[in-house]
Amino acid sequence: MSDVCIVGIGIHPFGRTDGLSGVDQGVVAVRQALDDAGIDWPAIQFAYGASDAAGNPDTMVDRLGLTGVQFINVRNGCAAGGSALFSAQMAIKSGEYDLGLAVGFDKHPHGAFNALPSEYNLPDWYGEAGYMITTQFFACKIMRYMHQHGISRETLGRVSEKAFRNAVHAPHAWRREPVPLDVILDAPMVSDPYSKFMFCSPAEGGVALILASEKKARELGKPLIRLKAATMRTRPPGSFEVFAPSIDVDRGGSATNIASADAFRQAGIGPEGIAVAQLQDTESGAEIMHMAENGFCRDGEQEQWLAEGRTEIGGRLPVNTDGGCLACGEPIGASGLRQVYENVVQLRGHGGGRQVPGEPKTAYSHVYGAPGVSAVTILER
Amino acid sequence: MQAIAEGLFTDETPPRLIGGRDRTTGRIVFPCPQGERFEPWPLQRKGTLWSWTVQRYRPKSPPYAGPDAFTPWAVGYVELPGETIVEARIVGVEFDSLRIGMALELTQVPLDPAAPESALIPAFMPASANR
Repeated sequence: MSDVCIVGIGIHPFGRTDGLSGVDQGVVAVRQALDDAGIDWPAIQFAYGASDAAGNPDTMVDRLGLTGVQFINVRNGCAAGGSALFSAQMAIKSGEYDLGLAVGFDKHPHGAFNALPSEYNLPDWYGEAGYMITTQFFACKIMRYMHQHGISRETLGRVSEKAFRNAVHAPHAWRREPVPLDVILDAPMVSDPYSKFMFCSPAEGGVALILASEKKARELGKPLIRLKAATMRTRPPGSFEVFAPSIDVDRGGSATNIASADAFRQAGIGPEGIAVAQLQDTESGAEIMHMAENGFCRDGEQEQWLAEGRTEIGGRLPVNTDGGCLACGEPIGASGLRQVYENVVQLRGHGGGRQVPGEPKTAYSHVYGAPGVSAVTILER
Repeated sequence: MQAIAEGLFTDETPPRLIGGRDRTTGRIVFPCPQGERFEPWPLQRKGTLWSWTVQRYRPKSPPYAGPDAFTPWAVGYVELPGETIVEARIVGVEFDSLRIGMALELTQVPLDPAAPESALIPAFMPASANR
């Protein structure tokens, strides 16, 4: 099996871009990634593309070139981007191909996502009654977690504060103004305990990654950034997921628990060996809970971690160095790939004002989606 | 007034929610899924608040079929011991007084309180306030 390396990265800034479709933004990202890798489109042997609401990714070949390339579309909730990357690395790991593309983009209208019960194997009344809303689930999940593990609302606020502060230095982020902690805590509530600054918004953007076998990466003369692990898992029994009319009384783990454990096993390192992490933060409590679900701390320790600034850029484990979903917004298909993009930037030492000090050698990404899917990657320089 | 869907409530007075019991594993879920694997399972009416939030903005229509005029409502998960944890509206209690672990009892509320023929949806209210 060949090691898989990331040899090119591209991004179309996240946020709102009137006049450009989701596919357009994906194409911008692909061209940038090709330039970064120093290759032309015809060299690409295969592609996996993720989009939830902005059309079929394979249609971008009429813009990039009709080379007959194998191009597979992926749709896996918020884990779509991570799933595209997972699929792409398998194609190289198997020895079948040497050079390929994982691309993700999306473009959502204002307001909450337009989820329908039938798409999730749920009865229509569930949506009619007003439950087909991700924010409700996330709020209920953190409310329970805070109760069980002694997490304060101020800690939720600190996560948002950090996100906006980090994003000031990320040119691809959407919201790049710092927001003071008291403003975050006192802002109008969306779903208790979350104020409007504690949720991310559906957004737009595109990300492309070029993957190569180690042999090909050396030929291209690129610094070797290895994809040591890429995992994607669905939910185990007893998990608590988006759009759940009921939850098992026998509580169990999560898709994140098993995707994370798989990834650490594959990479041959533990959580203490990670230098920088991008964790799914669709709301500030998600970052808190995902710190524990991914094995970086124990339940409840986040209170101290945040108070001591351990997840700041200069801290022991910098988390969401580009502001995460909170500051970048969430274009579903692109979101998981943005995390990997950011990790490559960090490992190359190109983070500028948001660069993690000490030349980080390992980077972790985690994305979570409905109705209980998670994808994790570990990169090593 | 009619329930928002068939198969949610028993015909008793007061009604119970109809869950589904996996014939093989005994796992209980709500609502009862279609098919042979699950048998209808009337759930107990009393439980405790497992978690909650307040819906502070009007959900999008479709799929939401509630009134255009919006007032925030509480929604939560109620643990029915040994059975399952069900999602439902939480009524009859101020938002500030909601506490995880509080005793609750099943009731029904109209999706649109102003409409005479509104559909009824499952809800839980403080156990002590009922009778």
